[in-house]
Amino acid sequence: MTTLTPITTAERPDLTIRARGSRLDAAFRGLALAAGLVVLAVLALIAYSTVDAALPALRAAGLEFVTSDRWAPNAPDGPHLGALAFVYGTAVVSSIALVLAVPVSIGIALFATEIAPRRLRRWITTAVDLLAAIPSVVYGLWGIAVLAPNVTGVYRWAHRTFGDLPVVGALVGPATSGRSFMTAGIVLAIMIVPIITSITREVFVTVPRGEKEAALALGATRWEMIRGAVLPHSFGGMVGATMLGLGRAMGETIAVALVIGSRPQIVADLFATGDAMPAVIVNQFGESSGTFRSALIALGVLLFVLTIVVNVLARVIVDRVQVRFRGAA
Amino acid sequence: MALVDPPVREPLDLTRARLSTRRRLADRAATAVISLACVVALVPLVAVVGYVVTRGSGIMSWEFLTSDIPRQYRVEGGGMYPAIVGTLLITGLAALMAIPLGVLGAVYLNELSRQNRTARAIRFLADVMTGVPSIVMGLFVYTIWVLRFERQSAFAGALALACLMLPIVIRSTEEMLRLVPDELRQGSVALGSHQWRTITSVVLPTALPGIISGAMLAIARAAGETAPLVFTVGLVYAPSWSVSDSSTALSAQIFRNASQPFAGAQDRAFGAALTLIVLVFAFTALSRLVASRLAVES
Amino acid sequence: MSDPTPASTALAPSPPAAPAVDVLAVQEEPTVFDVQGLSVHYGAFRAVRDVDLQIRRHEITAFIGPSGCGKSTVLRCFNRMNDLIEGARVEGRLRYHGVDLYDPAVQPVEVRRRIGMVFQKPNPFPKSIYDNVAYGPRITGQKGNLDDVVERSLRAAALWDEVKDRLKRSALSLSGGQQQRLCIARAIATDPEVLLMDEPCSALDPIATARIEDLMREIKERYTIIIVTHNMQQAARVSDRTAFFTTEASPHSDTRTGVLVEYDLTDRVFSNPRDERTESYVTGRFG
Repeated sequence: MTTLTPITTAERPDLTIRARGSRLDAAFRGLALAAGLVVLAVLALIAYSTVDAALPALRAAGLEFVTSDRWAPNAPDGPHLGALAFVYGTAVVSSIALVLAVPVSIGIALFATEIAPRRLRRWITTAVDLLAAIPSVVYGLWGIAVLAPNVTGVYRWAHRTFGDLPVVGALVGPATSGRSFMTAGIVLAIMIVPIITSITREVFVTVPRGEKEAALALGATRWEMIRGAVLPHSFGGMVGATMLGLGRAMGETIAVALVIGSRPQIVADLFATGDAMPAVIVNQFGESSGTFRSALIALGVLLFVLTIVVNVLARVIVDRVQVRFRGAA
Repeated sequence: MALVDPPVREPLDLTRARLSTRRRLADRAATAVISLACVVALVPLVAVVGYVVTRGSGIMSWEFLTSDIPRQYRVEGGGMYPAIVGTLLITGLAALMAIPLGVLGAVYLNELSRQNRTARAIRFLADVMTGVPSIVMGLFVYTIWVLRFERQSAFAGALALACLMLPIVIRSTEEMLRLVPDELRQGSVALGSHQWRTITSVVLPTALPGIISGAMLAIARAAGETAPLVFTVGLVYAPSWSVSDSSTALSAQIFRNASQPFAGAQDRAFGAALTLIVLVFAFTALSRLVASRLAVES
Repeated sequence: MSDPTPASTALAPSPPAAPAVDVLAVQEEPTVFDVQGLSVHYGAFRAVRDVDLQIRRHEITAFIGPSGCGKSTVLRCFNRMNDLIEGARVEGRLRYHGVDLYDPAVQPVEVRRRIGMVFQKPNPFPKSIYDNVAYGPRITGQKGNLDDVVERSLRAAALWDEVKDRLKRSALSLSGGQQQRLCIARAIATDPEVLLMDEPCSALDPIATARIEDLMREIKERYTIIIVTHNMQQAARVSDRTAFFTTEASPHSDTRTGVLVEYDLTDRVFSNPRDERTESYVTGRFG
């Protein structure tokens, strides 16, 4: 061991000298703040520029934009810009997607958290992650090349079988082509399963073990434990997850654009061709100009607002549920 | 001393047979339904990937990967080389813009801001931004850039993709920074280091595997995006490495060719889809690898 | 003074043979820290009040007391680490060689380069052993051979022989006791005058603890050490002076505030304490 010599500090130490690198500190802080503010700036710019570009159409169409379903931007007697059919299409397609995806997602989440043996869980998460990784345009390509042609048979069967029933019958009209609300809804459902599943899983994981064990200790079967302890506890979170899936479904453009058929109409028939907000934007933008183009941008603004509202609501619900239970646990 | 005769108990039977049939059946049925949900989810995964792989490998060849795009849809053969170049160029550019900005922004939110109102506003808006439909990003860049400079370009597309990536990188980086134990920061501060040095010498290196992993996932997501590119990058048939000229990308090409009835176009679409899936899956797998490997090393 | 229980007699040090000596006559070393009326508040909560003591050079001073009595809080005042806590406020005077540490002109970064700290849980950076020890010198831009500094620090921390062949390996591959000695090496690599140790052995096994106590005795020739410990036997073993803190009820709220009860030579505090609270604590009747 080396010998240690005592330090002697005879003079009064000067602790006021600015140490090396203190100026860098302020610069670094400023840079990081600027980076954070870019987010604010970009969002503000998005809002401003798109609304600005949409104004000509909104002024021309007025309230008709959201009340009329007559969409004829190049009509000889002046542009008709009623976007209701597109809003309807988005709503229908998203609803179909939710109806199909939510039960499946909840099932997967339950399977992964309660039923699957430990080794299987990783594979399930990997499979779900892969589903999420597939680009939407590939889903659209598969939808138009594989799903649409092959599913018309199923539609026709459904029409034959249920077409005469009172209320349900209106939903299952004669299917002319595979491109329809229903096909788009199916493709969308596949695409939103990953996000609903992952959030629902997170919520299920926060169920306190004590509650589950209490149920089991009272002699409940596994299903009864799930029904009694897991699901009620997670209800808020599942609602939030569903809304996040809804937000994603509403904004999904490419896959829907390829398989929905691009015929704006408001009909109850789920097997009919239709159109949706993002789909019409991407399909018709290239040939549009002037007021027409401005109208498409206005549609984009409408879509923007709607998805933001849904997403914000969803986050608020999910966060509130997480905080409530993570804090208690 | 027993005051009461002990109850006569039946021999103990703990088997499931003691459960009422109704409850047993309900449990079995529920388990079956739930397991079915998993299968139902796996079917499309297998169907989509399987079909793309089989149909795409039919046309896949070295020639396909290096040939130009035919100018007419109905032509057979040709390749997707310009689209591959475009995807790499545009995604790479977007990553170059979004990742440093996103990491810095996350550093501000988690390390420097003391959770004031500005930080909470930025975090909230970053969340909002993740929900903006990608087509709106495309429209946005179209109005402020393409119209302004009157040309479509790879850079415009990269700008749109960067806007998509930025909030994702911020959120995932913030998660990783939050995982760095506070004791490490305190240790660095106690040695007399300024905050910027604590962040760059201790916090960021510790969080690096997670940050890289998150960034790679964002890149994989951006590479697959179509809608932001449709109005912003234009169209080319020959490879272009120029940032300020029109370009194309695998995703855009798939979109264009998908709705064409011609076999040639369909084939090329599937070839491009296969290439894109391989690219995206490779990046996703790599990101997982980075996260686990480097984390284990430390 | 009542008879201590047999168990505590076995652990408490034997009283000095000489009769009580005047404290001033024992004091040879100059004062490093002069604390007057120090109080620390976290927001509205007063964590510790009215601390008066002096820390002398080349001595090991121990802060002991039950949990929540503010010993770590006071310790962290010496290197301005309390600054990191939102709402922390310090009143009173804390002088380091005559300089008020809380003077607005004083740079905390400079303070921390002269007053090092070792934490309760070993916290080596996820870097190599070499880079951990070299971290401090690199910051201060120390010229001269880093290799020498690293070796000297590791030797002083009694770790050199165990790691000299694997300096480039990750610090996290070391055992808990080794990691803590690495943290000590890291702290002394910048050649501070003072070393603050916040319960440095509480996360370690008894053998590792004994090695670090030996280390402390060796290095006190060069450094001035203040150690917070909840293990009063440890304080009795290693320290020259001991400060005993406890909590008292706050007059205005239902929280408890830390207060310094007694501060004296270690031998005195353990064998002949002046305050009965000290006596209760060191004889094991509470805490």
